[in-house]
Amino acid sequence: MKPFTYERAQSPAQAAASAARAGGAKFVAGGTNLLDLMKLQIETPAHLIDVNRLALDKIEPTSDGGLRIGALVRNTDLAADPRIRRDYGLLARALLSGANGQLRNRATTAGNLLQRTRCPYFYDTNQPCNKRQPGSGCGAIGGFSRHHAIVGASDACIATHPSDMAVAMRALDAVVETVRPDGSLRSIPIAEFHWLPGNTPHLENALESGELIAAVTLPKPVGGVQIYRKVRDRASFAFALISVGAIVQRDGTGRVALGGVAHKPWRLESADTEMSRGASAVTARLLAGARTTHDNAFKLPLVERTLASVLAEAKG
Amino acid sequence: MKFDAPATTNPIDQLKVIGKPTDRIDGPLKTTGTAPYAYERHDVAPNQAYGYVVGSAIAKGRIRSMDLAKAKAASGVLGIVTAENAGKLGKGDLNIASLLGGPDIQHYHQAIALVIAETFEQARSAAELVRVDYDRAEGAFDLATARDSATPARITGGPADTAVGDFAGAFMAAPVQFDATYTTPDEAHAMMEPHASIAAWEGDKLTLWTSNQMIDWSVRELATTLGIAKENVRLISPFIGGGFGGKLFIRADALLAALGARAAGRPVKVALPRPLMFNNTVHRPATIQRIRIGATADGKITAIGHESWSGNLPEGRPEGAVQATRLLYAGANRLTATRLALLDLPEGNAMRAPGEAPGMMALEIAMDEMAERLRLDPVEFRILNDTHVVPDNPLPPPSNDPHALIGEQPERDSPGRPFSQRQLVECFRLGAERFGWSKRDARPGQFRDGRWLVGMGMAAAFRNNQVTKSAARVRLDNRGVVTVETDMTDIGTGSYTIIGQTAAEMMGVPLEKVVVRLGDSTFPVSAGSGGQWGANCSTAGVYAACVKLREAVARKLSFSSDDAVFTDGEVRSGDRREPLSSVVGGSGIVAEDAIEFGDLDKKYKQSTFGAHFVEVGVDAATGETRVRRMLAVCAAGRILNPKSARSQVIGAMTMGVGAALMEELAIDKRAGFFVNHDFATYEVPVHADIPHQEVIFLQETDPVSSPMKAKGVAELGICGVAAAVANAIYNATGVRVRDYPITLDKLLARLPGVG
Repeated sequence: MKPFTYERAQSPAQAAASAARAGGAKFVAGGTNLLDLMKLQIETPAHLIDVNRLALDKIEPTSDGGLRIGALVRNTDLAADPRIRRDYGLLARALLSGANGQLRNRATTAGNLLQRTRCPYFYDTNQPCNKRQPGSGCGAIGGFSRHHAIVGASDACIATHPSDMAVAMRALDAVVETVRPDGSLRSIPIAEFHWLPGNTPHLENALESGELIAAVTLPKPVGGVQIYRKVRDRASFAFALISVGAIVQRDGTGRVALGGVAHKPWRLESADTEMSRGASAVTARLLAGARTTHDNAFKLPLVERTLASVLAEAKG
Repeated sequence: MKFDAPATTNPIDQLKVIGKPTDRIDGPLKTTGTAPYAYERHDVAPNQAYGYVVGSAIAKGRIRSMDLAKAKAASGVLGIVTAENAGKLGKGDLNIASLLGGPDIQHYHQAIALVIAETFEQARSAAELVRVDYDRAEGAFDLATARDSATPARITGGPADTAVGDFAGAFMAAPVQFDATYTTPDEAHAMMEPHASIAAWEGDKLTLWTSNQMIDWSVRELATTLGIAKENVRLISPFIGGGFGGKLFIRADALLAALGARAAGRPVKVALPRPLMFNNTVHRPATIQRIRIGATADGKITAIGHESWSGNLPEGRPEGAVQATRLLYAGANRLTATRLALLDLPEGNAMRAPGEAPGMMALEIAMDEMAERLRLDPVEFRILNDTHVVPDNPLPPPSNDPHALIGEQPERDSPGRPFSQRQLVECFRLGAERFGWSKRDARPGQFRDGRWLVGMGMAAAFRNNQVTKSAARVRLDNRGVVTVETDMTDIGTGSYTIIGQTAAEMMGVPLEKVVVRLGDSTFPVSAGSGGQWGANCSTAGVYAACVKLREAVARKLSFSSDDAVFTDGEVRSGDRREPLSSVVGGSGIVAEDAIEFGDLDKKYKQSTFGAHFVEVGVDAATGETRVRRMLAVCAAGRILNPKSARSQVIGAMTMGVGAALMEELAIDKRAGFFVNHDFATYEVPVHADIPHQEVIFLQETDPVSSPMKAKGVAELGICGVAAAVANAIYNATGVRVRDYPITLDKLLARLPGVG
């Protein structure tokens, strides 16, 4: 681990200002991803700003009937909240399918959105990785790519976003609320928050230098049957090969977001309009233009079959 | 004590302590975090510095230059060990690749430097500053590609090839034939505790606190590598957080701690970081296996052939996957062949039940496939081809084989040599009854439970029992406490407890009156932990020492040692009874002896047997397989402690499920390394994967194995499991997968439509 300086933030605005001032700063909350990456010298922040003491750990109703989830609400607490369980079952289920109890106790709402990829080439500093070291190449292309992206990827990067929670947030049309270094506030729709890799896979989201996530808001409940199906090689504590988050209304309409297929939670509103026509039609839209490798070609049929199973379950 | 005739009745047969389900006597130390594991021994030597290993970034080639300047200048750095400055190093017999590489590189993550610093963080940070310039060389990283260049290589305990009768002719003539090829992937030991060592020099004497299964082997190997006398090396390894064969030999942590401590002039501790373990150490090598079976229409095997290909570094050994096929089923015409290809992947070596475990992954699917072809129940097909004599006849191996000491001794199996015990059929029958096998529909894909396609599968379990000399020292003190010392190790298996039980039974004292001290090279040399030989051999060594101690006690009391009875803390003879605590003076009585095995294992084949039954559910949409319940029935001699033996078997069953469903070291065939080198990406089963496991031990005592009449069980438990899972998946889905692990992508295309 490289030596770093440390400060405990006093307020969201001060944290953001401090981060912008200090070069190479990172916020730390749960630390479940960042600290691991620092130990491997993949993340090498010069300055660490601890935001754990900020009062961002409440879940409060919003004026339009939704919920405002503080950035520091732990995954365990979020999944157990009665309002979440009642009105946003997809989110609770996605959270509980991720990691394990110990990690969920530490991991925060904002941190979960900011997880780095689990691509093994990103994790091995001997190997090329455009995300870790821009311009060095991509080891996964032509290498071991069983877990990698099939849509929205580029010749520079085929990594996936590992979060389950983010898939549910995408399906629920969450909005990321931030504080900028100048103290101003910004709302970023989740669809615009995570970026595709393009030629700059090291740039992963819309946050500007120093910008701090303060909360994630959920619009008012949309009802429907909410199912999160995570497909994986072992039953627990494994990242998704693919996952399907679906909200299905009684009339067969609804929305669907996928995990494990792209550099971000994958949802296309144009695919949602096909929901009542069934899994095949939705998948055709969602995965149009998919590019697979020898190792991950199975994800194409897997998405369609899993979605079909989810829709059958939703019908009851 | 020479053991050269079958055991008769002895004090162990009282079964007052032995054979009782007994909690681990070291359990409280482990559950309270006070069992000292190697890396945590902050107290044993003052002023410990930290070493961090730098692994090679290439799989094959040469180091052109190393720039250590920045690392040396980093804060806290005390020194850097490389092959260039380490001095001349020897190499032991038991590792293939050098433990400190450079300038030649033999595999990815081969250790090339140790950075020593005041703190762990400083050492790790400075290690990142070591700059290495490599000349990459082309390497061979793919077994399938290298297969055609493979050459015969002898396996542990036998020749490369065996032939009985006329296999080719009999197979061609067989009314029912089966011929299929299977593959098993490279697998990692993935034990919980990483390899770790603390080294301290006192003059030219080295003490190493480490995590190692075989103390005496490793003392010798370390001395040879360092070029010092064996007497100058002391190894201490009282607690080991799992080994599975990955700690049979010294690894880079041990050597580099020793070299680092010499360079720094103070004690140095080194652990292999998790991401380094998978490529730096050893693994179970991948295999390609072809199995051919010919049978009569009514299911008698007339021809059985098993060929196996695996790869290794130059001078490495093959995986002995054909081993079980030489011994398990009858059949007059037989062929086995072992081929070894040169690969530049990390070193392949022993992992839990080497040979049998991957071999039976293939053989026991083949038996299931053949049973179906014959329209026989898989249990009945196996019973029909049971044998009570060794069916194979391998040629004797060359006598100058340097590897003869690893595992089983070279042997000559003559046809007609009986098994000392063989309750395989009983395992099948009882298992089938208890598991509800009769409810299985032989037609696949018939049973559905909601989303799940449900099926049952079974397989035989088989693993040889090996015997090797084992010594112990026992001391009786004036409080009536018996202390046992032996360099035997407890790798989580329960050695402490069964050794304590043995001494308690022999000396007629409760287990609380026994102190067991293990894993120190100053103690008498034991069999160590490997090849499931540890339990039987090490307790037999303790038995031998206790016989001597009993004689000494009887002598002191002028009792006849023939009729002296040791019970309830007393020695009794006729009307006389004396408390043990009163027998000895202040210094106590000490006895030391070893069990030495004669040629009984040449007259009888000693093996352990079992049957695995598995029920799985396969998600009809996603192809995810989840085990629903498992049963193992084992016939493995006397079970010394049914509680810890059960733990061993369920652990092995779990590992077998891993092999069946998820464990595979993924190779980057361009760069030549195992890509998934951490626990996030190399998945092993977790609790949620294994809902229900049951183990039944058949009543068995084997007087041929040792005075304990016990055999090994910890490796038996894994053999056959993966095939039972594979067979259950076939029964559930009708999809036959012959390439492990059976991940969902191999099932998807052949599953029924959804919705």
